[in-house]
Amino acid sequence: MADITPKIGAYISIAKTSLQAVFDNLKAAGFTLIGPTLGDSAIECAEITQTTDLPIGWTQVQEAGTYRLQRRSDQAYFGYAVGPHSWKRYLYPPTLKLYTVDHQNGGFTVTPATPATPQYAFIGVRPCDMHAIAIQDRVFLHNGFQETDYKARRQRAFILAVNCTEPGSTCFCASMGTGPQIETGFDLALTEIPEIFLLEIGSELGREMLTGVDWWHAGAFELQTARQALTAARSHMGRQLDISALPNLLYQNLEHPRWDQVANRCLSCANCTQVCPTCFCSDVKDVSDLQNQQAERVRVWDSCFNLDFSHVHGGNIRPTNRARYRQWLTHKLASWVDQFGTLGCVGCGRCITWCPASIDLTEEISAIREEGTR
Amino acid sequence: MNSPNGGPAPIKPNQPAQAAKPRLAVFKFASCDGCQLALLDAEDELLALAGQVEIAYFVEASRRTLAGPYDVSLVEGAITTPEEAERIQEVRRQSRYLIAIGACATAGGIQALRNWHDIDDFIQAVYAHPAYIDTLATATPISDHVQVDFELRGCPINKYQLLAVLTALLVGRQPSVPTYSVCVECKRRGTTCITVAQGVPCLGPVTQAGCGAICPAYRRGCYGCYGPTEAPNMDALGQRFLAMGAAPAEIVRLFRTFNGYADAFRLAGDKLEEMDRTSVQRRG
Ligand code: SF4
Ligand code: SF4
Ligand code: SF4
Ligand code: SF4
Repeated sequence: MADITPKIGAYISIAKTSLQAVFDNLKAAGFTLIGPTLGDSAIECAEITQTTDLPIGWTQVQEAGTYRLQRRSDQAYFGYAVGPHSWKRYLYPPTLKLYTVDHQNGGFTVTPATPATPQYAFIGVRPCDMHAIAIQDRVFLHNGFQETDYKARRQRAFILAVNCTEPGSTCFCASMGTGPQIETGFDLALTEIPEIFLLEIGSELGREMLTGVDWWHAGAFELQTARQALTAARSHMGRQLDISALPNLLYQNLEHPRWDQVANRCLSCANCTQVCPTCFCSDVKDVSDLQNQQAERVRVWDSCFNLDFSHVHGGNIRPTNRARYRQWLTHKLASWVDQFGTLGCVGCGRCITWCPASIDLTEEISAIREEGTR
Repeated sequence: MNSPNGGPAPIKPNQPAQAAKPRLAVFKFASCDGCQLALLDAEDELLALAGQVEIAYFVEASRRTLAGPYDVSLVEGAITTPEEAERIQEVRRQSRYLIAIGACATAGGIQALRNWHDIDDFIQAVYAHPAYIDTLATATPISDHVQVDFELRGCPINKYQLLAVLTALLVGRQPSVPTYSVCVECKRRGTTCITVAQGVPCLGPVTQAGCGAICPAYRRGCYGCYGPTEAPNMDALGQRFLAMGAAPAEIVRLFRTFNGYADAFRLAGDKLEEMDRTSVQRRG
């Protein structure tokens, strides 16, 4: 069977141990594999080479402001939800040198930084994160201009997506229509069921990466097991968000007292925006040498929670926690729609889990909905 | 210097190449010398700096000392003795720009812990001959004594930030150091938040960036070395630590370290201590 590769769109099954052969094919094709792995205290994303680098037999409990690793009773490869890192780190790195400027003969020359574009294979991209990447595509590629570094990284990236059969307790992708099942945009999409991986072939490259892998056409029973697991997942979301009447709900409640209450708790630390897989704000910083002969321009992640972010001529337009929190939430769930034709939230739950003040945007929205103007 | 509309006048005299270079001085008050070391530690850049400025007074680096006035004076340390209180006035008089460097100079430093206690008790307990000790009751930042043109935070300061400030002064633009939280650096670095994942109280959310979020990367909560951010929500962080199970006294200790006497940290610590006292009384 292994000599005939499956067709695009086909559903096949492989033994779990065969995943290593897919990894090997990816490595042979020049990809650097980035995937979930066990960190000190969380399932993080990092370079991996073997399937044994995956957090096999581990899971986590997440709540607002809390994350704890936990052992599973089985040896599932993908039995956990998203962790602190998102693929944004790799497609849109937190720090990127843009160019160097040299003083020369009274003028100056600009030399763009030309780093080799990394060729990543993302292993275990969840449905919410697939949608987050699609949203960043809109922001960086289909919005009247193109972010060249993002484009280069994005075009070279291979995506092995993984459907979610065990959503975390801060997940709400079902509410956002972004999960727990992946529809499009992947090279391979995997569903883990007992003993086997079910794979959907999404692209020619995905098909090629199955060369030499033992596979068989997914049987009716396997397909049904996967379908049932995903249906069950849909009703096991830890959080829910009623998105009806958004964005207007927020526009009509810009003076709601709830903003003051959340501002009392918010630390303006910016963690929510940094972990959010769709937030795209950045700043450019110039560093010059002492002789003032050479300067470097570096792009760094920024956030609407940073005070300097809203500093304009004459003062700060968002001088309070209230103004900053309102900017974040109304951007994600209201003005993003005007800008990009989609909500800016995919329901991954990261901003809830990784907020050191345990602020939960789903709670904030329901409070505004219950007591607010409609 | 703090004009919102532009940078300071460049310290480089606007004259032909042979003109005198701007004169730099480094002064030490009550401190551990760690911030001056940060300057010495900038080995590669130190030569370049010596090419741009005349290092006129820097006793930690050179025996040669030249009299003022100075274009830029870097001042390390807190004011803790009557002699220092006088000497800082003279430094101010001799300096065009006075830059306070480090937690001691900007917030009183670790020695400001004395400010919560009776100095005489310390003197009696520590010194064999207390009569020889002539000290003030408090350790205070430079800005409590003279006008300061720029405060560079850190315990110790970051050498790259120091060079950036000096470079800015040389070309005449506003020094730019980040004012956002340590959390921003922590996330850029890719560290998993230890408050969330391990329940460790961390001052990162209310502390100004500058160190590169070193401590959380080694499983330590941030100690607040770069002092409070511009608008820290100390009460909310204190409440959160309490909810995580930290004892009030533990939180007060966390607020009172190297920058404990900085306004925001000091007020928050005092408030929490007061709350704890009244609740203990009520319980008792
Ligand atoms: S707003 Fe929060 S839940 Fe929504 S995508 Fe961003 S991090 Fe995830
Ligand atoms: S929420 Fe804030 S950080 Fe995120 S994209 Fe919008 S303005 Fe930028
Ligand atoms: S909502 Fe939470 S994570 Fe976001 S800035 Fe406020 S305290 Fe930080
Ligand atoms: S470990 Fe500390 S500095 Fe890092 S994100 Fe958490 S609270 Fe912020």
